[in-house]
Amino acid sequence: MCYTAGHYDCLVIGAGHAGCEAALAAARLGCRTVIFTLNLDNIALMPCNPSIGGPAKGNLVREIDALGGEMGRNIDETYIQMRMLNTGKGPAVYALRAQADKQAYQRRMVHVLQKQENLLVKEALVEKVLVGENQEVQGILTEAGAIYKAPLVILCTGTYLRGKIFLGKLSYTGGPNGQRAAINLGQNLEELGLAVGRFKTDTPPRVDQRTLDFAQMSVQYGDEAENFFSFLTEKGNGLNIPCYLTYTNEETHRLIRENLHKSSFYSGALEGVGPRYCPAIEDKIVRFADKKRHQLFLEPEGLTTTEMYVQGMSTSLPEDVQLNFLRTIKGLEKAEIMRTGYSIEYDYLIPTQLQPTLETKKIKGLFCAGQINGTSGYEEAAAQGLLAGINAVLKLKSKEPLILKRSEAYIGVLIDDLVTKGTNEPYRMLTSRAEYRLLLRQDNADLRLTPKGWEIGLVSPERYARFQKKKEQLERGLAYLQNERVTPTTEKINEMLSAQGTVPLQQSISLYDLLKRPEINYDALVAYGFAEELNKEISRQIDLHIKYEGYIQKQLSQVQRFNKLENKTLAPNLDYREVEGLSVEATQKLSEIKPLSIGQASRISGVSPADISVLLLHLEKRRRNKKSKDGKNDV
Amino acid sequence: MGEETIAAISTAYGSAGVGIIRISGDDAATIADKAFKSKSGKKISEQATYRIIYGHILNEEKQFVDEALALTMWAPGSFTGEDVVELQCHGGITVLKKVLEIVLKAGARLAEPGEFSQRAFLNGRLDLSQAEAIIELINAKTETAANVAAKHLQGVLSSEIKKCRQAILELIASLEADLDFPEEDFARLSPEEIDSYLIKVETTMKTMLHSFTSGRIIREGLKVALIGQPNVGKSSLLNTLLKTKRAIVTDVPGTTRDTIEEYYNLGGIPLLLIDTAGIRESEDPVEKIGVQKTKEIVEQADLVLYILDLKSGVTSEDQAFLSQLPTEKVLIVGNKIDLVSGEEGKIRKKIKKKLVNYRFLLISATEKIGIQELEKEIKNMFFAEKWEIKDKVFLTNLRHKTALDKALATLASARHSIASGLPSDFILIDLKSCLDFLGEITGETVDEEVINQIFSQFCLGK
Repeated sequence: MCYTAGHYDCLVIGAGHAGCEAALAAARLGCRTVIFTLNLDNIALMPCNPSIGGPAKGNLVREIDALGGEMGRNIDETYIQMRMLNTGKGPAVYALRAQADKQAYQRRMVHVLQKQENLLVKEALVEKVLVGENQEVQGILTEAGAIYKAPLVILCTGTYLRGKIFLGKLSYTGGPNGQRAAINLGQNLEELGLAVGRFKTDTPPRVDQRTLDFAQMSVQYGDEAENFFSFLTEKGNGLNIPCYLTYTNEETHRLIRENLHKSSFYSGALEGVGPRYCPAIEDKIVRFADKKRHQLFLEPEGLTTTEMYVQGMSTSLPEDVQLNFLRTIKGLEKAEIMRTGYSIEYDYLIPTQLQPTLETKKIKGLFCAGQINGTSGYEEAAAQGLLAGINAVLKLKSKEPLILKRSEAYIGVLIDDLVTKGTNEPYRMLTSRAEYRLLLRQDNADLRLTPKGWEIGLVSPERYARFQKKKEQLERGLAYLQNERVTPTTEKINEMLSAQGTVPLQQSISLYDLLKRPEINYDALVAYGFAEELNKEISRQIDLHIKYEGYIQKQLSQVQRFNKLENKTLAPNLDYREVEGLSVEATQKLSEIKPLSIGQASRISGVSPADISVLLLHLEKRRRNKKSKDGKNDV
Repeated sequence: MGEETIAAISTAYGSAGVGIIRISGDDAATIADKAFKSKSGKKISEQATYRIIYGHILNEEKQFVDEALALTMWAPGSFTGEDVVELQCHGGITVLKKVLEIVLKAGARLAEPGEFSQRAFLNGRLDLSQAEAIIELINAKTETAANVAAKHLQGVLSSEIKKCRQAILELIASLEADLDFPEEDFARLSPEEIDSYLIKVETTMKTMLHSFTSGRIIREGLKVALIGQPNVGKSSLLNTLLKTKRAIVTDVPGTTRDTIEEYYNLGGIPLLLIDTAGIRESEDPVEKIGVQKTKEIVEQADLVLYILDLKSGVTSEDQAFLSQLPTEKVLIVGNKIDLVSGEEGKIRKKIKKKLVNYRFLLISATEKIGIQELEKEIKNMFFAEKWEIKDKVFLTNLRHKTALDKALATLASARHSIASGLPSDFILIDLKSCLDFLGEITGETVDEEVINQIFSQFCLGK
């Protein structure tokens, strides 16, 4: 029945956004890797909205890119519109968002996987994770009876674990977009002693572009200015395909309200918890009953399809109801549905069972990434995939793991939140989750992370050389501005200042301090010959650095305080029952989460500041005992 | 540990003759030098360890606050094992708190309860059991009644702070929602709207802060004013309550020229008894009431003991005066019951008729009749919250004041950012610190709160 199909270093289950990054990272770092997918044609599928990036998510993509991941480059080659959001709200919340050509995105990623050295791409339904007596991963078993052996398995199964589709009264087991569900694997994980929960998420219907009247909607183009996700991309494809905006109305709401009882959510068939930031339209109408209209965006799914994604209209109402309410909307009066909206319910692993490396605490060598950890979103999945891939390899090579701090990356915030606090709804990255977002800007992701990627070996020499050049130019630029002084008599200086609408100089000042004036930027200095021309990315860095120095310093000093507790490590084998004075709840939570530092411990709900003091005293006591013992040994 | 310099009043609260401010940490000497100016002109930081120098405590404006001795104990030869300066001051609790404030403004952080001991332990000066014992001792010292009282008042404070916090939280949620969901359809606040919103919160917070500086401090006592016509026996009552001869008691009307303030511990409730000059000084009874000082005291008082001479009964002047006070703040005390023995029933009826709705008691201050009952009644009123406490909100605790000070500073900084046209992300940095500081008072942490608020306030979602 069963046969051994081969020995490898790393097996990645699932080829969505997490799986692709995990497999590429593992293979690029020299591990012999296999990636399994249920369907070779569905690799890197975007079953939900056709876009990548946006607030916080865009930062994740840039961080993935800075570490040497693939998502940024993939979207830069396959976008059909790029737009920088939030430009008026502060440099830290600038958010790049791309509309993607879904099929092109998939095709490019498939090609990258297939070309990757050390990586095999296989179609198979995985039934079981094989675990040895010492709770260590040994490999996997497929539906067809193939046994693949490896010391590392990375689960990136998305919404497929015991997936169930809901559409009105209709429900059946299945994955997204008409895929099969992974039923046995879900069961297998429970048998292995991993605790699972159940989440749901909804998708909207897709409509045929030819049946829409765009004249009745407002058109929304992307930016003319070129911005990209990858630090390597220099030139774009020039595409700027628009989206369209329209609104629901009272009639739409009436129809939905009248049919609420047919929704699988309100009929009680659906048990999973859905995300608050992405509610079904029926949810929005119930919860915000006094809102007269809701907006919806029609987004093209690509250049070679007439499918349009109806963003804002996720629903699990029956198909006929979907069609009827869509047709009450301006511009959609004659709409034809191509794919019906549906809800999907799936198993996720309670993420507090994971270490900050994304390895399960229970089973050695078993890593998890993506939606299986309770997150939602392509970007969140990819970020975890990359980190799981990196850490799996580092473990195999017995090297220090890569754990990003909350003060270093959105990826750090994401993973720390998951493994420390868990989540009770599908977790989405938000800028408001990051305490130090002024430091975690999308523009400086490379400065923050590329050195780490280089050290690990995932950053190409080309990328690293570019990074070093940028850093060096930035430092040189700043030093120049600090040393170069201008006086009221300096030629052209007051001419420039009045042209920029600011007051003339009264005394000598460094160019650095002059740039603190809101009206002046680096480019103005260049225009009047006070500084040499730099590429716009670097001149922008200089402006940010100088203008927001006070705020940046403030955050840096907060980080310093934060790091004090973060750097006090806790042994993973610490027996909290032996720590005198801990509350019962804290003892239980600490034993379960096994935090790596006092800082992490302090973020666990149920662990009070008093418990932290007790822990600190305990650590100190232990250190002293050890010291005095060591002292005796010396004598 | 030991990186921040901390300070606290290290002697017990009360009106002891000498009070000590202890400063411990690397910057102890430099901080002390900012607050203390020695007579000889020598700096504390230049002293050897275990030295005493004499000088003055000066506030930020270099004004004299108190005279003091500064003691130096440099690391490791101090209780905490760190550099320690102790400032021994003369004044009572009010002055001590002022000195502490000066020291905190000079850069020290207010010590947590037991923090000196904790440092001593961490620096190897104590073993754990010693440290724990000291911390327990510190905690046990708090008087139970004062504790109850503080808690009682704390509820009012924290609900006020919570209101401010909630207002800030809602503002943050609305600004954050705009950052995380820029394309969603909901109303955005203009910078002007944000600013006027902040002004409102700022005003409330400033009022609370004022309640601290104007001396509304539970530890300093609830203010009880003794009011009445000349020679009704206010001072005698004060003396009886205090069991001393502090006030000059004579038969000449108007002997008590100035107000006399005394602390009085009523079963753990600290009371500040204020004996006033009688309502006199003028021929016109209405004008008498207008005597500025008395008026002020009555306004600031939490409770007015209005004393009647039972021999004269309730006069029209009494009625005129009382009509200006809120009934619930007044306790009528009929004095000299010993001189009208046998007529008690009749007197009671008369008072009831003339002073409708007032609570009243009959006593004799000189013969000590009815004093226990009076004490009991004050206690009951206090615990049952029978009289309305002035200002409603009390900042009782310097730690809270420090947090509120900081919260106000962040609001000022947020408003400055708005005025300089900075984008919302920067305004949020200050608003979030504001939320943290207010949370230090109410014991709430932010965590998921902002995100929960965003989703309950707005309909969002792709």
